[in-house]
Amino acid sequence: MSKFKKKKDGELPAVSTASLPDIVFMLLFFFMTVTVMKDSTIKVENVLPNATEIKKLEKKDRVIYIFVGKPTKEYENVYGTESKIQLNDKFADVKAVGDYILAERAKKSEELQNVLTTALKVDKNANMGLISDIKQELRKVNALKVNYTTYEGDAFNNLQ
Amino acid sequence: MARRNGAPEVNAGSMADIAFLLLIFFLVTTTIETDAGLDRMLPPMEPPEEDVVIKQKNIFTVNINKNGQLLVEDELTELKDLRAKAMDFLDNGGAASGSPEYCNYCKGKRDAESSDNPTKAIISLKNDRETKYSIYITVQNELVGAYNDLRNREAQRLYKQDFTDLEAAYLNPETPETDKEELKEKVQRIQGLFPQKLSEAETSSNN
Repeated sequence: MSKFKKKKDGELPAVSTASLPDIVFMLLFFFMTVTVMKDSTIKVENVLPNATEIKKLEKKDRVIYIFVGKPTKEYENVYGTESKIQLNDKFADVKAVGDYILAERAKKSEELQNVLTTALKVDKNANMGLISDIKQELRKVNALKVNYTTYEGDAFNNLQ
Repeated sequence: MARRNGAPEVNAGSMADIAFLLLIFFLVTTTIETDAGLDRMLPPMEPPEEDVVIKQKNIFTVNINKNGQLLVEDELTELKDLRAKAMDFLDNGGAASGSPEYCNYCKGKRDAESSDNPTKAIISLKNDRETKYSIYITVQNELVGAYNDLRNREAQRLYKQDFTDLEAAYLNPETPETDKEELKEKVQRIQGLFPQKLSEAETSSNN
């Protein structure tokens, strides 16, 4: 009688899970590097309209964002239900847009200052009056390149 | 007493669990931002030096009222017909053959009452203050789409490629510099054939 039992034929050896942490770490590092933490909390409703003829905003460092939309539920009591402009983290008046653009432009390095794009992230239920005012302000500070940020999708879905 | 050789080994069995926890956190918080949209240029604030006289027939007017209805060239129009109308207007090429403004690549109706040449044609867009932004974007999308369709047609004819692909390759930062020169030339040539003249400011008209 032998002390060591022979392994039964046909039994599969257990899969080694020793390399599992390595794989998980690899994934972890991938997601850590691609993650962009939101730098401003959006305080307005921001459902963008759809469009098909869109171009990607390639370089993040050349973009200045302006959010427009109705204040969300928690700010409704203070700011009402009319569409508002949000610059960085604060609600702002139309007149503040020009100063904001100039301030943001001054922060960028010199070679980027002439190639900046203003991304208008506007809720689809906003009125054009406010947008026209913003455009006037942008023209005053010579920030002429704008991008109406949209989702990709059939533009006729906007009409519903 | 048991002999100790060195520090006891730390059990690394739970490492995977910790890593998983972090992984799931980052998975949940990640929003791979895909910012894309319609690129537009605003007109500069200073008015041009001299007053340019534009013939009425070279202007294609689009008015949006506060209910989202469209008035195109003084006709009530459905939004879905806008692209076709804009393309007809841009591609018209109404100037007589032999005149300096004759358009030899246009495939339109050559109606003398419509635009002379795509390089002369201007689309003028006006909207009410109460127009919904979503309608405005749809109209913008259709007008840019009209230009892109025509540009694609010319790019297919000249380079057997879509203009939108050419432009995307040109704007892509991963495209090598050597190819960019060539692409730039192609893109600019097509843009020259159908320049995007989409005016949102007041356009003075004169017959």
